[in-house]
Amino acid sequence: MSDLRDLYQEVILDHNKCPRNFGELEEAHRHADGYNPLCGDRLAVYVNIDGDVITDVSFLGSGCAISQASASLMTDAVKGKTLGEAQQLFEQFHRMVTESETSVDIGSLGKLAVLAGVRDYPTRVKCASLAWHTLRAAFNDVHEPVSTE
Amino acid sequence: MASRLQTSTSVLDVERVREEFPILHRTVRGKPLVYLDSAATTQKPRHVLDALARYYAHGNANIHRGVYLLSEEATAAYNGARAKVQRFINARVSREVIFTRSSTESINLVAQSFGRQNIGPGDEILITHMEHHSNIVPWQLLCEQTHARLRVAPIDDQGELRMDEFERKLTSKTKIVSVVHLSNSLGTINPVSRIVALAHERGIPVLVDGSQAAYHMPVDVQALDCDFYVFTGHKLYGPTGIGVLYGREALLESMPPYMGGGDMIRSVTFEKTTYADLPNKFEAGTPHIAGAVGLGAAVDYVTGVGFDKIARHEKDLLEYGTDALLEIPGLRLIGTASNKASILAFVLKGAHPHDIGSIVDIEGVSIRTGHHCTQPVMDRFGVPATARASVAMYNTRQEIDQLVHALHRVRETFPL
Repeated sequence: MSDLRDLYQEVILDHNKCPRNFGELEEAHRHADGYNPLCGDRLAVYVNIDGDVITDVSFLGSGCAISQASASLMTDAVKGKTLGEAQQLFEQFHRMVTESETSVDIGSLGKLAVLAGVRDYPTRVKCASLAWHTLRAAFNDVHEPVSTE
Repeated sequence: MASRLQTSTSVLDVERVREEFPILHRTVRGKPLVYLDSAATTQKPRHVLDALARYYAHGNANIHRGVYLLSEEATAAYNGARAKVQRFINARVSREVIFTRSSTESINLVAQSFGRQNIGPGDEILITHMEHHSNIVPWQLLCEQTHARLRVAPIDDQGELRMDEFERKLTSKTKIVSVVHLSNSLGTINPVSRIVALAHERGIPVLVDGSQAAYHMPVDVQALDCDFYVFTGHKLYGPTGIGVLYGREALLESMPPYMGGGDMIRSVTFEKTTYADLPNKFEAGTPHIAGAVGLGAAVDYVTGVGFDKIARHEKDLLEYGTDALLEIPGLRLIGTASNKASILAFVLKGAHPHDIGSIVDIEGVSIRTGHHCTQPVMDRFGVPATARASVAMYNTRQEIDQLVHALHRVRETFPL
């Protein structure tokens, strides 16, 4: 029997209600938009980079709790990391929400592990991963909005 | 079979109905299934499942031209299904009933056949703001091809068609009106007879999209006096992949074929091909024979249960559900027309529709969330999406209670 707390853990509800790093970074070095038109989730991700290090990151957005909490958790997780480390984290995160439990080292994901429950709800993976795809678009200077639908 | 579902009273025996639907007895996520998404597709009664299995196990052959018994039987079953549909919608003759894949294909057929023949630059096509994308996009394609113009009659805050505006938009340029009978995202039942009368006063033909209406109310195309009526099998307790286009015979006769191929011809040479008579002219290729047989069985089943009982039962569920939902703090119904059926669409303050959908699913309740292929309706009400529960003959008040219980879980998870 499923429990709604498998999907909606307290940390997720908290990040949805009080998102961290929420707002626009003035004169951000990089910026990208994410938009899932079918469900209406919208995100903008702003990044400041010094050399190889993400010195600051923020987001603005509206949508379901999974998409907003994932964006908030992501900004906390990648701040201070190098671009390469952030990319690795993205790959780990993506495997966590799409593959079987055994294939991922959950411990390496820290707080992001609260989103592991999404794995059992395939239609919600696109919500959880929108922020990460938008972040990658910001790294790569992609100007068109990205989508995970 | 159908007759044994009849009971002497005028009340629907819902437990007996539920016995006929095997899927209603399964569980989802460890809980009994509460299926409240019949506006997307209805579940199938055993009578339909048996008809499909029987056709493939004992009656399968290609139709037309076979001189052997099995092909003759399959042809008779296919034509028999057409006759059942004819009686179901009270068409004058069975050749006014064209089998298609879906309502969508039926509308595309009319747009591309009638539309390309009769609509030109500067002409207008009139639809309403509450149409499903399937009654918008085919006309937009036609407008691109012919340089005609798509006009849209507005709706009010209850989700009712503004009849004054509708009438004002009927002009000498209007070449066809295409309206939904029962809105899939609002539940609004449009005054189709009035719409048809207004259009006919000006000599304008009317297509009615009956995808949602056909399983909630009896449809009489002669009483409605519409020129085209479309619906789909899978929302009428039948199989997917089979739809119906009803067309007034004289109009269908005058229209060119939509698709070319086998079965729709009288004779073919490389110089000249002549087309078959109705309905074959519009049924190129081997049709979905089993689908038609299944649809015929579905029509028998629904007729056997009786629309008077079905409508009364669903009306009770709608009223019960409306009152129950409005008890939930922060809930706003989208679609509150005075004449509506079957649809309970809503938004919940502080909870996104997709989170609502996931949480009620965990509680075993299947509802739909999103824009329901009616993005203009979402824009009209200023919401990105809604949650939608829709009822059919097999639903119960207990299931509405389950939904309400699940929505209270949503409210706890996302407190105001």
